[in-house]
Amino acid sequence: MDQTIAKNDFGSPQAAENIVFQVHGLTKVYEMGQVKVHALRGIDLELCSGELIVLLGPSGSGKSTLLNILGGLDTATSGSVAYCGKDLTRATEQELTEYRRYHIGFVFQFYNLIPSLTALENVTVVTEIAQDPMKPEDALAIVGLGDRLDHFPSQLSGGEQQRIAIARAISKNPKVLLCDEPTGALDSGTGIVVLEALERVNRELGTATAIITHNVDIAGMADRVVHLSNGLIADITRNAQRKQPRELHW
Amino acid sequence: MKGQAVAIILVLVSGIATFVMFISTMDTLNVTRDTFYRDYGFAEIFASLKRAPESLRQRIEEIPGVDRVETRVMADVKLDIPGFSEPATARLVSLPDTGVSLLNRLYLRSGRLVDAGKDNEVVVSEAFAQAHKFFPGDTFGAVINGKWRTLVIVGIALSPEFVLQVRPGGISPDFKRYGILWMGRSALAAAYDMKGAFNDVVLTVSPGADKESIIIRLDDLLDKYGGFGAVARKDQMSHRFLSEEFKQLEQFARIFPGIFIGVAAFLLNVVISRTVSTQREQIAALKAFGYSNVDVGIHYAKFVLLIVLLGVLGGTAVGVWLGRGLGRIYMEFYRFPYLMYDLRPSVVIVAALITTGSALLGTLQAVRQAALLPPAQAMRPEPPAQYRQSFLERLGLGPLLSQPSRIILRNIERKPVKALLSVIGISFACAVMVASGFFQDSVDFMVDVQFKRAQQEDMSVAFAEPASRKTIHELKGLWGVEHAEGFRAVPARFRFGHRSYRTVIQGFDADTHLHYLLDMKLKPIELPAEGIVLTDYLGGILQVKPGDNLIVEVLEGNRPVRQVQVAALVKQYLGVMGYMDRTALNRMMREGDVVSGAYLTLDSREQTHIYRTLVDMPRVAGAVVRMDEIRNFYQTQAESMLFFTFVATILAGIIAFGVVYNSARISLSERSRELASLRVLGYTRGEISYILLGELSILTLAALPFGFFFGWGLCAYIAGAVESDLFRIPVVLEMKTFALAAAVVVISASVSGLIVRKRLDHLDLVGVLKTKE
Repeated sequence: MDQTIAKNDFGSPQAAENIVFQVHGLTKVYEMGQVKVHALRGIDLELCSGELIVLLGPSGSGKSTLLNILGGLDTATSGSVAYCGKDLTRATEQELTEYRRYHIGFVFQFYNLIPSLTALENVTVVTEIAQDPMKPEDALAIVGLGDRLDHFPSQLSGGEQQRIAIARAISKNPKVLLCDEPTGALDSGTGIVVLEALERVNRELGTATAIITHNVDIAGMADRVVHLSNGLIADITRNAQRKQPRELHW
Repeated sequence: MKGQAVAIILVLVSGIATFVMFISTMDTLNVTRDTFYRDYGFAEIFASLKRAPESLRQRIEEIPGVDRVETRVMADVKLDIPGFSEPATARLVSLPDTGVSLLNRLYLRSGRLVDAGKDNEVVVSEAFAQAHKFFPGDTFGAVINGKWRTLVIVGIALSPEFVLQVRPGGISPDFKRYGILWMGRSALAAAYDMKGAFNDVVLTVSPGADKESIIIRLDDLLDKYGGFGAVARKDQMSHRFLSEEFKQLEQFARIFPGIFIGVAAFLLNVVISRTVSTQREQIAALKAFGYSNVDVGIHYAKFVLLIVLLGVLGGTAVGVWLGRGLGRIYMEFYRFPYLMYDLRPSVVIVAALITTGSALLGTLQAVRQAALLPPAQAMRPEPPAQYRQSFLERLGLGPLLSQPSRIILRNIERKPVKALLSVIGISFACAVMVASGFFQDSVDFMVDVQFKRAQQEDMSVAFAEPASRKTIHELKGLWGVEHAEGFRAVPARFRFGHRSYRTVIQGFDADTHLHYLLDMKLKPIELPAEGIVLTDYLGGILQVKPGDNLIVEVLEGNRPVRQVQVAALVKQYLGVMGYMDRTALNRMMREGDVVSGAYLTLDSREQTHIYRTLVDMPRVAGAVVRMDEIRNFYQTQAESMLFFTFVATILAGIIAFGVVYNSARISLSERSRELASLRVLGYTRGEISYILLGELSILTLAALPFGFFFGWGLCAYIAGAVESDLFRIPVVLEMKTFALAAAVVVISASVSGLIVRKRLDHLDLVGVLKTKE
């Protein structure tokens, strides 16, 4: 049974040392000429190790902006974001690059694979620069693509490409996996296969996972669902029981 | 696309500027020359002789086709210039005692012409006056037919006959050591016992007259008076050198602009293709709205034409500026009284047409593609690019390559034609730089061969008349002279079959220590005791080879005509002549042990003293110091070499910059999503710069050997195109030329790469998360 949690619930009962992200009063304002766009208006949130959260909201709700700031791709206007106790808002450009390099795994909506590299090489391109990576073959095996190592992205389906992207993201053994609409370019059948890969990674490796989607059905597989609206957290609900991706329908 | 358009426009400007520069300079020199010749009555036929009575003039006038005739007295004199201790000589030419010359009239820059009867007044050539800072009223000494005289400058002038003033046998103008002087006919005739006689004649011909038959009849007439053989204007020394210059300019105008325009056409092709590719959807939308194929094609063609227009305008302006600069440099050598800068509109039109044609041809495929793209197809995304393992990986070197390195190599191999054309484009930049260094290297080599290997004398001395060998002993006895050898030089005409050529036979001693003949491999050969040795190029003109028998008509003394066997052909880069053992030459001339001059080696500390002594020796007509000749040659060439090197460096830099910049911008445009994705994944700016610039570095470095090869080919072509009996340029390229070419290309490519690299700092890392390929 889902439990609605107040928006300032910081994910108890996990112990403090399992907290990966701590976000306090986060705001982001974009200046588009004369117009100011308040993408985030004060977000308070925590993400714990091993947790799978879904950020749900309509277009313009601020979910991508939040993900970008958590991923070190964008800077906050005010507020704080701490990753394992380290304040990201004061980090330099170089520090943010290192942060993304060693700690964050990204999964893009349109896979963003390197077209001139094979599946194996697309994973190796990340493990080559990581501190404590897993073997690229192992990462690909986790997502069920052990037999397509030498194929180029143009020779693979959308679902297969996205799973390679997931393998690439997890191969560095990141603490956090950030997924921006991972099934947005896929049909439901393929999307489920991709979600299964994400779920398996979260379960087996214990990687904290945040998935952005506008698809309400996907929220069923999360530990918590963060509802965003107009730059604020409207609601946080906890799923008493996570659904398996196979049980999702859209 | 502003940066890319600017880069292409710069390449076009370079091409059109070089075209306009060379052609307008050629036209300017042509117009200036033709005007000067016409306005100052430049003669059409020239003949020198020993001595003939003035009455012969009428018979010359009676030759059919002859229009106007002017007889003159000419002589070569030694000079004694205050404050100038080096040997100097001058050609003394007579002026009519009254009125102005009929032909080869003087352009008086300042002062006046000489007064009749004044035997110490002279008009001097402007270049000579400027070199010594002479003004009307100044004086200097001259030894005229053995007598020392103080001459007063009354005027400074230029003549169409001496636009180029080179001492006979010299290699370049030496305004300090060789000048032209004009003196009254009576005064000059008196000094040389030529009263009522002449030793030089110039004439013009009626329109349509056959110059060759006039020359034959003139030679017949002058033969018994010691005629040396008449020549038409085309073979007159000053005019000849100028004509060779035009030939060079024409070659340059043909080659260099073509390179730039070709590169620009290639760059336009790449840019338009890329633009069409990225604007597929817009094209589809326009077609869906009803725009026709022609409308779409014209749209892209207009873009090409706009770039061409800006290139033509800029290129013409820069070309005019460079042309004027080049004209001024030429004026240092070619002494025209004025320069009539001429830019024919047809030059600009031709440049524009060639450029437009090349640009449209180069982009035809891309524009056609845009025009014919069906709307529905254009709205669909392009199929994904196909990649495969690179060549190095297929060789098994894959494990040695990082993923970024594999990205670089596979991207190059995906479009091999484009990569090859980029390499060729950059290699042209290298080739242009190699060609600019070629002249300096070749000239250095030619000077080394001619003046250090073949000639070892410190000073060569010419006698006024052939003298006995005893004169050599006199010279040997001079304080400071270490060694002296005699030489004999006679003008001669060589005939083989229907071919003939007039030059000089030089005879020197078989045991010479100072003058060597060099074979085709530049190794010294012994002078054969019998027979004649010819310059290889002369052998080519006459189509003779060793063993053939040549008819030799000597144009001096008894004027013997002999059959002489060609003993060998030798390598020589400046001039063409024949060589014989001096004793054999004396025998052929049926004269005793006679010399025309001597080669000396000296104690350099005594050079000034020796020259002063030679000035006082009536037998000595003049002297030339070898090192002075070399130094002067380099000095006179320095400014033009600098100009060409500077311009070539800028142009080479523009090509390299343009090609690399365009490649980099297109690469960035094609790969920005990929590079931004890598940044999101944690790659640093430096690491993605490696991917972008690594590809460009490979193309640039690969271009260098091609550039060296093309450059060598370009130099060989230029050398072949400009070779003549006046000079041949060997294709010599030093390591420093290749090194400089590589440096300019690498630096230009690096600068453009770094400019594009700065754009990597502004990749949209947020946007790339949502961007479809």
